[in-house]
Amino acid sequence: MTILRVEGLTKRFGGLVAVNKVDFEVSEGSILGIIGPNGAGKSTIFNLVSGIIPPDEGRVVFQGKEVTGWKPYRMAREGIARTFQTTALFEELPVYVNLLIGYRMRTRSGLWDVVLQTPRARREKKEAAEKVMEVLAFTGLAEYAFRPAGSIPQEAQKRLAIGIALMGNPRLVLLDEPTGGVGMEETNGIIELIARIRERGITVCVIEHKMRMIMSLANRIVALNFGVKIADGVPQEVCEDRAVIEAYLGEQHA
Amino acid sequence: MEKLEKYGKRAFFALLLALAIALPWIGLKLYQLRVLTLALAWAIAAVSLNLILGYTGQASLAHGAFLGIGAYTFGIFTERVGLNFWPSLLIAGLVTAFLGLLVGLPSLRTKGPYFAIVTLCFNVIVFKVFENWTWLSGGIQGQKVPCPSFLTQRWARYYFVLGALLLVLVVVRFIVKSLLGITFMSIRSNENLAEATGINSFRYKLLSFTVSCFIVGLAGALLAVENQHLDFTVTNYAYSFNLLVYVLIGGAATLSGPVLGAVGLYYFLDYVEKSLGEYRFVLFGFILIVAIIYFPRGMVGGLSRLWDWAKGRHASYRAREVTP
Ligand SMILES: Nc1ncnc2c1ncn2[C@@H]1O[C@H](COP(=O)(O)OP(=O)(O)O)[C@@H](O)[C@H]1O
Ligand SMILES: [Mg+2]
Repeated sequence: MTILRVEGLTKRFGGLVAVNKVDFEVSEGSILGIIGPNGAGKSTIFNLVSGIIPPDEGRVVFQGKEVTGWKPYRMAREGIARTFQTTALFEELPVYVNLLIGYRMRTRSGLWDVVLQTPRARREKKEAAEKVMEVLAFTGLAEYAFRPAGSIPQEAQKRLAIGIALMGNPRLVLLDEPTGGVGMEETNGIIELIARIRERGITVCVIEHKMRMIMSLANRIVALNFGVKIADGVPQEVCEDRAVIEAYLGEQHA
Repeated sequence: MEKLEKYGKRAFFALLLALAIALPWIGLKLYQLRVLTLALAWAIAAVSLNLILGYTGQASLAHGAFLGIGAYTFGIFTERVGLNFWPSLLIAGLVTAFLGLLVGLPSLRTKGPYFAIVTLCFNVIVFKVFENWTWLSGGIQGQKVPCPSFLTQRWARYYFVLGALLLVLVVVRFIVKSLLGITFMSIRSNENLAEATGINSFRYKLLSFTVSCFIVGLAGALLAVENQHLDFTVTNYAYSFNLLVYVLIGGAATLSGPVLGAVGLYYFLDYVEKSLGEYRFVLFGFILIVAIIYFPRGMVGGLSRLWDWAKGRHASYRAREVTP
């Protein structure tokens, strides 16, 4: 079963073609790795799929429904959650409130529920609190629950960003360099967290620089260079692909 | 320790409330009671601005205009249409909220400082309109505002405005402790992330602004009742800056901050207005810059820092104040 299909996706910034006619598919319950040198267009693909920016050409089909050009909040409601390369959090708010925000889109209580303190408002608050407890445990953040998100360690912030994404019960999560700037030991913790996300039946797309990590984790890998897809296959194939090796060697020589 | 702090805070506010209730009976001069009543009405306006500015992160510089619109709506419906007090009060809130919605619809779509600029322009236009359309505003003479029989006594008006302030505080507290309030705060904190998290930020900014305008409309009506008179200067954009001072000096995104700011500074700003005239903007600029740089959490932030210091503890005071 394909959960996400991207066809002919193209995005230009002025004269630069950041993403050039890219096609790929992600099958439900799998982990797709996206690799490529800096500036290859990986983050831009996530921005296109999550609606942060609209594509110039091409289609995004999610769970059989065309969602091309939808606003980010609609994509999120549809079941596509994401994290950002430069960890984005609600920094001055405590960790548990960051998570609550992630659940907000699954609740309906509005102004009247709140002013009149209706049973729905109370019920949803309770539901949200239960979900927060669950995700705190799942991401191992319980000890930080009441700390402002901006004040917890870098690696815990990365896990929190993933936690926020999980709060809304997504079908697909897009993780943009989830281990970037994190030490070796903590990287393993995050890899293990991503594996547990897949075990829950949630599909994952992950952009990753650390080759060793992506090889062990991903079911399939898509490689990009200068906005163009240069390889697509199981990790072993992509790893041995000439174009991929050249792209990476090119980066090292540059 | 947490418990002690909670009870300490409660005891402090209970004491303040008891003091507020006792005030008319401890030999206050009548004009002092009047100043206090006005300060409380301004406190309601400051609380409303805090909802959109402090909690939702959108700087409205049109709250002076909306205050005036609420006041005039009330004045026109009571004095010229001849409607009763209560329906007029409700209409004042609704008309102000509706105009807020109209202003918010185009200006809240974008992110960043655009909203502050549009609202300031709106306030300047409204001020000019009220100045020139004398059929509407009554010009310099202004218009009379009738006072309902149950509010003819000064102490009665004082208690009425105090009650209204408490009611507004309860409603705003319900909001900020709810999932809705958390939604507002998420937009203030990181609007892009909020959107990527499934929140339609435009819709919630508009809701916050509309509710805020409803409340400031009520505050305007209460001011009109207390003064029993209205003229076009009530829509002055200078009052938008007064409210900004109350909220930022008192403590944005705290429940008590804007109230402390308004009650503490109303007399001062009134004095400054009378003595400095237009030059007071220089002073405002200075106060705001100093406050933002040195007291980013306002008076309330200062108080809670003092409290932490008194306990010999420097734990994060930030998180506690901004959140439920
Ligand atoms: N919003 C933007 N405006 C202009 N150029 C952009 C924008 N976003 C990305 N780019 C450019 O597009 C190219 C691809 O960027 P990006 O997708 O972030 O690469 P990667 O994540 O693979 O390192 C880069 O050259 C970058 O400078
Ligand atoms: Mg990137």
